[in-house]
Parts: sequence; C-alpha cells; structure tokens
Amino acid sequence: MTDTDIIVVGAGPAGSCAAIAAAKAGKRVVLIERGPFPGSKNMYGGVIYPRILDELIPDWFEHAPIQRWIVRRSTMLLSDTGALNIDYRSNAWGQAPYNGATAYRPDFDNWLAQQAVAAGAELICSTTVTGLLRDAQGRINGITTDRPDGDLTASVVIACDGVNSFIAKEAGLYKAVDASNYTLGVKETLSLPKSVIDERFGVRDNQGVDIEILGGTSGVNGGGFIYTNLDTIAVGVVLKLPKLSAQKKRPEEIIAELKRHPAIAPLIEGAEVIEYSAHLIPEAGLDMMPKMVADGLLVAGDAAALCLAAGIWLEGVNFAMASGMYAGQSAAQAMTAGNTTAAGLQTYTKKLNETFVLKDHKKLRKIPHLVLSDRVQHKYPGFVTGIVERMFRVENPHPKPGVRRILREERKKAGISLMDLVRDALTGLKGFG
Amino acid sequence: MSLESLRAANNIERDTTWAELSFQERIDTAEFRIHERAHITVNGDSCRGCTTRECVVACPANLFVPTSDGGILFNYENCFECGTCYMVCNEAGAITWTYPEGGYGIVFHRT
Repeated sequence: MTDTDIIVVGAGPAGSCAAIAAAKAGKRVVLIERGPFPGSKNMYGGVIYPRILDELIPDWFEHAPIQRWIVRRSTMLLSDTGALNIDYRSNAWGQAPYNGATAYRPDFDNWLAQQAVAAGAELICSTTVTGLLRDAQGRINGITTDRPDGDLTASVVIACDGVNSFIAKEAGLYKAVDASNYTLGVKETLSLPKSVIDERFGVRDNQGVDIEILGGTSGVNGGGFIYTNLDTIAVGVVLKLPKLSAQKKRPEEIIAELKRHPAIAPLIEGAEVIEYSAHLIPEAGLDMMPKMVADGLLVAGDAAALCLAAGIWLEGVNFAMASGMYAGQSAAQAMTAGNTTAAGLQTYTKKLNETFVLKDHKKLRKIPHLVLSDRVQHKYPGFVTGIVERMFRVENPHPKPGVRRILREERKKAGISLMDLVRDALTGLKGFG
Repeated sequence: MSLESLRAANNIERDTTWAELSFQERIDTAEFRIHERAHITVNGDSCRGCTTRECVVACPANLFVPTSDGGILFNYENCFECGTCYMVCNEAGAITWTYPEGGYGIVFHRT
C-alpha cells in the first residue's frame, strides 16, 4: 500500500491543475511545494490565457485574482531611436468570456493551488523534493524530501518542478542540457498610481495592456516586455543565455537601457522599482523537450519545456495548466486501469499530441529559432523601422521616393541580402502556418 | 514670467526621469529567507583556471565576484534560484547547485 495515490511535485499552474484533475477523478493526491506558499518561486513575462481552465474550473474568471484583462495587445519593434508599434485593441477582451489577463503569480498560483485543496488534494508547502524512489523493478514509486522521515510513496509521480526539473533529469528524460535552449527573464515591478497608468496606456477600470518588444535588448538576442497590473507596471527583458554571458552588459543594465528608450521612458516616468525578479525560460520549444513519460512518472509544464516562445505568441502558463490537467487525468486513468508503467501512462502523450499543447509546438517548431536568430534580432528591427521612418518623413521640396526604392535602400543599409530576406520570409510564412 | 523662466519651461529635453538604483537597493526589493546551509557552492580551484567567467556577467543577482588573486567570491544568500550560473558555466564541477531547504530562499510577491 502506497502512502498516497499520486504525488504532484510543484504547486505552480501545471502542478495545481494536475492535482485538481487527479483529485476530481477520485484519487488521493499530495501536492508538494518547496516555497512557503504556492507561487512564491514564480515569475513570468506577463499574460495568462486561462481559457483551458473552463474544463476544470468553469467559473474561474469570477474568482481568479486577476490584475487586469488585456484589451490592448501590442508588438513593438525598436531601433536605437525609433519604434514601430502594431497595436490591436478590443474592449470585448475585457468582458466575459475574456481572453488574456495579467496577475501576480504568487496570487494566481496560490489561488489555483487552493482550488486543488478544495477538490480534495493535500497541499504541503515548505518542502523540497530531493530525489525519486524506485521499486525493485526500477519503477518510480515515490519521492524523497528534505523533511525528517519525509519519504513518500505513490503509484504515480507527476513532475511539475519547473524549468530546472531535477526530477526529469534524475529520471533520465532529458538529453544533455544545452544553455542555448534557455533565456533568462529579468523583470522590474514598478509602482505608479492606477489613474496614471490608465491615462498613459489609454485604458479604464481593469482593462490592461501588454507590449511585447523586439529589439531594445542592447544587442543581446532576446526581447522585451511591458505590461500593466492595477497599480504597477512590469518591464523586463528575456536574454538568450550564451549571448548574454558572451558580452559585458549585465541583465539589470539591459533593462535600464530599455527603460531609457524614447518610446518607453514616458510610459514609466516617475515609477519606483518595488520588486526585482529573475527566472529561466525554456525557449526552444519542441527541439528541447524531454521524454514526458516513464514508469510511474509524468512530466508537465516548464519541467517538460512546454513554453511557447514564438515571437508574436509568447505563452507558458496556459501550456502548463493544460499539460498538468492532462497529466492528472492520465495518471488517474492509468491507476484505475491498474497499469502505471510508461505504457499505461501513454494516454498523456496521446492527449498532448491531440491538443494545442503539442500541435502548436509542432506547427511553430522553427519559429523560436527564427525569432532569436541574429538577423531577426540585430538587423530586422532597424530595417523595418528605417522603412517606416522614410515613408512618413516628408522631405519637401523633394518628392516622395517610391516604396520599392525605400525597401531596396533600407535593406542594403541594414546589410540584409535579398536571398536571406526571402529565406526568412519563407521560414516565417511556413513556420506560422 | 521672465524670459529666463520661459526658456526653462521651453526646455523639454529630459534625461533619466527616475532615480537609478544601486545594485544593493535593487536586490533589497526582493525578499530572501536565508537558510544557514549554502544551497550552491563554488569550487574556487576550478574558477582559477577559467578565463571566460560567464557567471560574473550573467547572474541576475550579481553573486559571482572576481577576486584579485584570480578566484571567484560567491555568496548564496541573495540567490533567485534561477539556474543561470550552472547553465552558462563551462568548468565541470565548479558549481554544485541544489534548491534551498523548503520554505527558504527567494520569496516573490508581485511578480
């Protein structure tokens, strides 16, 4: 007899959804969190798309601790002095059934973990999982923790232990870890009165704005972001690890430079830094994913590298919640069927393949690499902003130059060969499906 | 209004419009619950032979400080537990990385 049916390691969005799903299926669930409360180790770069929660918590949007609902979604290209902003607004996104939201992860993750408790899971915080237990046949059947007498056995362990997942690594599910698959996210939470944020960003009540930025990262491959909470603004950058460590500028200096950009500075003027944070992001999509199933073990969320970093789409919490839910359901089904070996747990892989979780990643497989490539990072922002600058700069008495001439001249100025431009355009067109 | 004050009001060029934080002030905005055990240890001998020092620039908490004798001074206390250091380190065995004891380490609030 095991201590419990299912152990979920990590009470982030993946772990809590795994625990809710398994508990709802009638299983005994222990949800273990190393922080003093769920969410205390978690930060992100800004928007939760909670649609997938409809299945587990139908009235989630009435209760989730949301800061603002995103009604303006912008993609911004920055050169040293210019900025091109593509800004879509829909106030309908600020009303039920909603689309994306900002939230403080310590609030949101804690709320989600309490839903697991309400569904019958047992939440144990302040406990670090230190390793896996195996039975005589080598099948995983529990965990060791840093608590005295803290070993715990179960039929299935679900590893939702985040981007560094020592559980997936101990189980041998990862190939050698390659730093170039990861970015470092650093972020400042900036305090400003709500009325000032509303005015600067053109929103009201709990309407919010998310701006994702290409360029503006001091020549380090990556990107930037700004988004609104109720009375704070979050501004940050994500930086490709090998590129970051191969140059001299530190992460906080790169944020400072982004904040000084003429398109950004007026948005955050007078704001005070109230919290600085940092976290790794698994950025390489399908090409870095581990095996997600072993005998007695499932892996979900960031631990399985289920983070979508596809330029115009930057999502993670929804992939975590979905994969966690499917892991919890599959673990419960496998237990009921009496087979929790890797073969018995394969319904999880099947479910991931049938849904957006892996469909999106398969479709967009090449996009994370394209977005972080040197040309897209260092040449295209200047190229595109240069074109727009020329198009709207009136140089009377000279007549307007033709658009084709502008394109040709700006392409040459940016040092992009026609062949590379066509190649990247095709990769983009094919990659975005 | 004097011509001088009109000119001053006309000067819309502004430099940095917020106070730049010192690194210590920046780190002090985050909460760290420090355990007596160092969850990360650095083997100074490996660092002495390292020329790239990738941890020094990449660690967001600035915990790796080069010393004049060619070593690295490391303090685990204000660590975000992100994993950057072991990922970028090229010296096998230089960094031993674990999570802090349950309940300790970084505690985020408005992230």
